[in-house]
Amino acid sequence: MMEKMIFGRFIPGDSVVHRLDPRAKILFVFLFIAIVFIANNAITYAILLGFTLLSVFLSKIRLYFLINGLKPVFILMAFTFFLHLFFTEGGALLFSVGFVDVYEEGLRQGIFISIRFLVLVFMTSILTLTTSPISITDGIEVLLGPFKRVKLPVHELALMMSISLRFIPTLMDETGKILKAQMARGSDIGSGPIKERIKAVVPLLIPLFVSAFKRAEDLATAMEVRGYRGGEGRTRYRQLNWRIMDTLSLLLLVGFAGLLWYFRS
Amino acid sequence: MDILLKQVGYSYAKDTPFEKRALTDVTLHIPSGSYTAIIGHTGSGKSTVLQHLNALLQPTEGSVLIGERKIEAGTKAKNLREVRKKVGIVFQFPEQQLFDETVLKDIMFGPLNFGVPEEEARRRAIALVEQLGLPEDVLEKSPFDLSGGQMRRVAIAGVLAMEPDVLVLDEPTAGLDPRGRREIMDLFYRLHQEKGLTTVLVTHSMEDAARYADTVAIMHSGKCVATGDVREVFANEEQLGDYRLEPPRTVRMQREFEEKTGLTLDELALTEEALAQSIAQALKEGRELK
Repeated sequence: MMEKMIFGRFIPGDSVVHRLDPRAKILFVFLFIAIVFIANNAITYAILLGFTLLSVFLSKIRLYFLINGLKPVFILMAFTFFLHLFFTEGGALLFSVGFVDVYEEGLRQGIFISIRFLVLVFMTSILTLTTSPISITDGIEVLLGPFKRVKLPVHELALMMSISLRFIPTLMDETGKILKAQMARGSDIGSGPIKERIKAVVPLLIPLFVSAFKRAEDLATAMEVRGYRGGEGRTRYRQLNWRIMDTLSLLLLVGFAGLLWYFRS
Repeated sequence: MDILLKQVGYSYAKDTPFEKRALTDVTLHIPSGSYTAIIGHTGSGKSTVLQHLNALLQPTEGSVLIGERKIEAGTKAKNLREVRKKVGIVFQFPEQQLFDETVLKDIMFGPLNFGVPEEEARRRAIALVEQLGLPEDVLEKSPFDLSGGQMRRVAIAGVLAMEPDVLVLDEPTAGLDPRGRREIMDLFYRLHQEKGLTTVLVTHSMEDAARYADTVAIMHSGKCVATGDVREVFANEEQLGDYRLEPPRTVRMQREFEEKTGLTLDELALTEEALAQSIAQALKEGRELK
């Protein structure tokens, strides 16, 4: 199951989207999130959906893979859909089941909100799927740069982010290893009554915590030994460079926002 | 208990862009009561094979027969507890699996999971602590207060306490001091002989493989490329070289000795003791010839 999850995963590739500057991509996604809320009728939502599918196409990520990997999100989507379907009143009464009345407006809202949800999830997934975690952090560090003025520890925040991202796969591996070792000793999280399963979590979590703390300590020592002393005056090994494509992508987004604004009712 | 891997193939993360093939067409028979060493270069698939031996991984192709139980590709196997009760695995760095409040409870964890009565589990734990050369007062201590070597022994005790028929060892002595290594390997060998265990040792150490195993299997890039009697495998230096392995130190020294003196020793020496003895004998006989 874990293998199929694509949340926060990075797939190396060589598409137009992969080559964009991380700063451009992050800005793009943030602006996009705001722009999504311009849409308010069938045409604008259709344009929104089309634009998102175009982005998926440009990123060369297989749609099937994306949909398969985001299955858990669809459950949440279905939930919000039905919530709107059942609890929004207005327009003509379509039908009623027992004490639940379904109105036209509810159906409309349900579909719109689901599309909004889908589009947001797809776009943010494209960001993480096409940008390595390390470049995302680099991008965020630069974008947050202005906040240094108000004493926000930007470098430290970025460092914390990159360290935690760096350790996700390590901890996943370790979880797998410990899980297997305990399974070999007859404890099984995957089967049996709920009570047994909860009990089986303890032999997994404790070793995991122990090793995570040990790793943190080792890392701190290693950093100190190599003279790490924060971001002041530090140069970068990975240089970000902003190209014409990045400007174009943001301009495209502005044009897209204008289009949505024009068709909105 | 017999274990038979039949044309086993395994891919990690199958059907995703991250798919990675680990095993291809591995056929390996581990007869009951044998001591088999699996050797191979890093990344050759040794550890993946090992996890098939008690169904922690299920093959994506082929089948694995563990005793009476058949685990086949494509079918989801259930109730694997019986299999895991019979096949104990000591993983690499097993001290990572310690978790309980006291050493005693940690050792009893396995047996209790497999339905051994509490009294019996306690008896086994106490006996094992002694066998593994740990002080008796360790039983009531937290496993996290022990030294690295002691933790390793406690973790090994936790697996042995299950009293499995088949013992699978994955580099059980990695990172221990030479004396600790020897003690633990000797203990495994003693158990192997006394209790008639089937033992599988996955190792980088040709010396350990030579000293303890009677059958050796060589893994190379996901395939089982050779199996045979320990002397047969280690005598074939060319084949070992093909798979980037070296013969054990004793064999290398024997070859050098033979080359320099022109004498030929009777048989391939698998341990230092055997080598010393056959050299002594050869020298004696050699002198008599002069």
